[in-house]
Amino acid sequence: MLADKDRIFKNLYGVHDWGLEGARARGAWDGTKGILEKGRDWIINEVKNSGLRGRGGAGFPTGLKWSFMPKQSDGRPSYLVVNADESEPGTCKDREIMRHDPHLLVEGCLIAGFAMNAIAAYIYVRGEFIRERERLQAAVDQAYEAGLIGKNACGSGYDFDVFVHHGAGAYICGEETALLESLEGKKGQPRLKPPFPANVGLYGCPTTVNNVESIAVAPDICRRGAGWFAAIGRPNNTGTKLFCISGHVNTPCNVEEAMGITFRELIDKHAGGIRGGWDNLLAVIPGGSSVPCIPASACNDELYMDFDTLKNLKSGLGTAAVIVMDKSTDIVRAIARISYFYKHESCGQCTPCREGTGWMWRVLTRMAEGRAQKREIDLLLDVAGQVEGHTICALGDAAAWPVQGLIRHFRGEIERRIDEYSANPHGDPVRVAAE
Amino acid sequence: MPKLIVDGKEIEVPAEFTLLQACEAAGAEIPRFCFHERLSIAGNCRMCLVELVGSPKPVASCAWAVRDCRPGPKGEPPVVNTRTPMVRKAREGVMEFLLINHPLDCPICDQGGECDLQDQAMAYGVDKSRYVENKRAVEDKYIGPLVKTIMTRCIHCTRCVRFTSEVAGVSDLGAIGRGEDMEITTYLEHAMSSELQGNVIDLCPVGALTAKPYAFQARPWELIKTESIDVMDAAGSNIRVDTRGREVQRILPRTNEAVNEEWISDKTRFIWDGLRTQRLDRPYVRVNGRLQPASWNEAFAAIAARVKQAGAKRTGAIIGDLASVEESFAIKDLMTRIGSANVDCRQDGAALDPILGRASYLFNATIAGIEEADGLIIIGSNPRKEAPVINARIRKRWLRGGFPIWMVGEAADLTYQYQHLGAGAETLAKLGGEAPGKMERPLVLVGQGALARPDGAVVLSLAAKAAVTAGAIKDDWNGFSVLHTAASRVGALDVGAVPGEGGLNVAGMLEPKALEVLFLLGADEVDVPDGAFVIYLGTHGDRGAHRADVILPGAAYTEKNSTYVNTEGRPQLANRAAFPPGDAREDWAILRALSDVLGAKLPYDSLVGLRRAVYERHPHLALTDSIEPASAAAVEQLAARGGRTEKAPFQSPVRDFYLTNPIARASAVMAECSALAARKFATAAE
Repeated sequence: MLADKDRIFKNLYGVHDWGLEGARARGAWDGTKGILEKGRDWIINEVKNSGLRGRGGAGFPTGLKWSFMPKQSDGRPSYLVVNADESEPGTCKDREIMRHDPHLLVEGCLIAGFAMNAIAAYIYVRGEFIRERERLQAAVDQAYEAGLIGKNACGSGYDFDVFVHHGAGAYICGEETALLESLEGKKGQPRLKPPFPANVGLYGCPTTVNNVESIAVAPDICRRGAGWFAAIGRPNNTGTKLFCISGHVNTPCNVEEAMGITFRELIDKHAGGIRGGWDNLLAVIPGGSSVPCIPASACNDELYMDFDTLKNLKSGLGTAAVIVMDKSTDIVRAIARISYFYKHESCGQCTPCREGTGWMWRVLTRMAEGRAQKREIDLLLDVAGQVEGHTICALGDAAAWPVQGLIRHFRGEIERRIDEYSANPHGDPVRVAAE
Repeated sequence: MPKLIVDGKEIEVPAEFTLLQACEAAGAEIPRFCFHERLSIAGNCRMCLVELVGSPKPVASCAWAVRDCRPGPKGEPPVVNTRTPMVRKAREGVMEFLLINHPLDCPICDQGGECDLQDQAMAYGVDKSRYVENKRAVEDKYIGPLVKTIMTRCIHCTRCVRFTSEVAGVSDLGAIGRGEDMEITTYLEHAMSSELQGNVIDLCPVGALTAKPYAFQARPWELIKTESIDVMDAAGSNIRVDTRGREVQRILPRTNEAVNEEWISDKTRFIWDGLRTQRLDRPYVRVNGRLQPASWNEAFAAIAARVKQAGAKRTGAIIGDLASVEESFAIKDLMTRIGSANVDCRQDGAALDPILGRASYLFNATIAGIEEADGLIIIGSNPRKEAPVINARIRKRWLRGGFPIWMVGEAADLTYQYQHLGAGAETLAKLGGEAPGKMERPLVLVGQGALARPDGAVVLSLAAKAAVTAGAIKDDWNGFSVLHTAASRVGALDVGAVPGEGGLNVAGMLEPKALEVLFLLGADEVDVPDGAFVIYLGTHGDRGAHRADVILPGAAYTEKNSTYVNTEGRPQLANRAAFPPGDAREDWAILRALSDVLGAKLPYDSLVGLRRAVYERHPHLALTDSIEPASAAAVEQLAARGGRTEKAPFQSPVRDFYLTNPIARASAVMAECSALAARKFATAAE
């Protein structure tokens, strides 16, 4: 269990002052100028050595990402874009950072922006986050007033602006290139890659897009040293992580924990255990709605909540939004609902996702009632496979994975339901409980 | 150049090639829907997926550059496979997705037989559907009188959106909605405002956008396809005329990189209903004030009597805007033989004269040369209305950047930005003193709006001076470019169809009592004064025919083998796609027959003979499809002439793009477009 002294987000629950005074009291903005004075390479190296992996879901090493930015400008400015379009169902970590500890993010913007020689940071806040945007804007204003950002930020001689931009509430705008399009005022549709944003990003300039949490932990890494961060967690999966535990646990919560904490420890210590006890566990979606679920049988003491362990289980840590489902869950309906979400949020640009998400949702909806043929299970798996990996962005994958996870682990349940439906002499749909 | 192994075959391609181009260079066929050579890359149909060894996922070959491929660990060239089971599976998957929501209404779809989806489904489709859900249906949209929409068929390739925004330069079309609910629309369902909108019909890989006037008219395999040349403007767009029986069913563009790339204007494309209506199909003679049907002999006898009575000096001929080189030559020849010098092809009175040298009336920079220019001065022209295809070329160059544009004349939306310097000759005179900017290869585009006025000759000289001042005349570059509006003009000027010594020009011939007998060779844009005996040789019952005393029915441009010289001076051959209606005949043959009656027999009995005569006198016209460069010295001499100008501003001669010639005025489609453009119609479907 993470020691209190190792916590980065000390005001995660909002019991203290969110403002500049409070943040300073908790250690934010301490010695920022000194960090900047150590230079770009030092910061990037420190982040590299800390082993920080992107907190937005894909887990790409953050320091490495920063190092892709051009060292020398070719005349174009560089930008840092912070992805605060947190829309993955089950995930609510960035929200808490912006609500209660916004100065960590603003300071992180300065340090990360400085490290990649950016002239400005754009924070793209999800459309539905209205209060969060206000709070973040207030924090940015405080930082400007205190001279921490803007002209001669922190007295370092470096000019750096931070802009808060309000999205319009489309899930796809959380995809980094769609986010850039949206930021430019266009329809939020992912761009083709390559070229990657580090070459051609916002307004055609080199850009790095990072998750809020990745940026917010950067100042503490620089202050406390890469060694401290790297010492927490497991090899290749270091540091602390915000877990968002929701679903059928006794006390759903957000909590900062060490990476690689076991699932059991996470649930028992922080979420008050599974509703109805561990025997009542059906399945877990460990990283937000897009990752495949893992069945209760895999939730043993060896289930470490980190990128690599979950990847080996053909799932993923994603955003570490742990959705716990007990045996009262209608798992087929649950996945059908997730499938509807992706059908609804598909941008419609490329064929497999546009057509495939709707197809999967329709088949799953029938399967949830049992109104399907058993051969359609394989058809569904096939369709999911035709979507996965064939699209411009990862939304196609995100739509396919939950379906694949469902069939991988709960094929029996689908078949049972089909049998039940075909055995029903009345021909009415099998009644299902109200939501 | 980097090496690449495609299907086991090693090739070398430029680094900026996409994988799709590289695969095609290696001989592998890549299916595609959204990719189009002349549009930006969307990469959204996912049909062109190929296997790039080392990449975990198949990559969209249209969007992946060769330079983005990483070599193998020992520096081996990247390996691309286009025929592996993985690729096939991926493409079949995409095809299945495209088809699940596509209505299988091929039997009633106008695209049937020339549909990309149909064709590629033959290769990658499965014979039965696994999709048992309800199919999506999308409401059809009104996007104008030319393009019919059946939006359920749309596969969201966005070619049409990219065309309108990139090539046509209007932001009319777009996609609304998200995911499955994405729809292509003009949003308020108003008509598209581009003169090039018809091209989206060709671009649409399925039957979502089809030609409204052609709806349910024919199947592509029933049509006889004839390669020809367009005469709606002076660009000389290459077209394909599709006929069934004797009727033209549709007109499509042919690719010619030097002229129209693969676009044509809406007037070019949808003019064909005008070829069926208001046609002159027999000779007429005016008797007691009324036009009476007559035989060819009666008509010729009436003409011969009047010509004899009037005498050669009191006889003249005006060549219209749609006449071919052969006719212009023949009528000039005929007038010379009967002893008249009164011939003019400059219906609008433009001050162009072959005496000043061929370079004085050609688009010397050439249309393809627009892309090599680094600056443009437009003088008295609205290229968007006068030659939409050339305007698209200018926009294409402008989009590439480093192409400042200045304009002297009437300000208008040309789909690109320009700096408006002034309205008339005074501003132009200043350009003769100082160039508006520093350019290596400036293009000075002179429109007929600047030349078809009493001081046109001086304006032409001033324009030449501006060109010389800007540095447009160099050893390897002549940027002085006259943009014509009439398809016949350059060819007629080339054969010298202008007044001979002592002859009258158009203005002179149209003076009251100047002439007794006037031949109008399809000339409809002139007002002939009372008193003259008018012989109208043409195709449509338009202004000229109403004024005529004798009507000789001729052949339209789709109904004769003929030569047209475009504004660049490029002779191109138009082929006969259909026969003229009724008694109508090819114009040169009518002139030949008439010459016999007039006692001045033309010495050619066949088109071959006529052409031989033309080529003997004007050898450069025999060089079909190529441009004989004109000596730039003519422009410099022209620049030295100078003179006094008037204060009137330049005005484009094309007031209504859709109604510029007799065929267009006979077309119901063009009339509707014209009315729409004039905002006479309520545009939105409420």
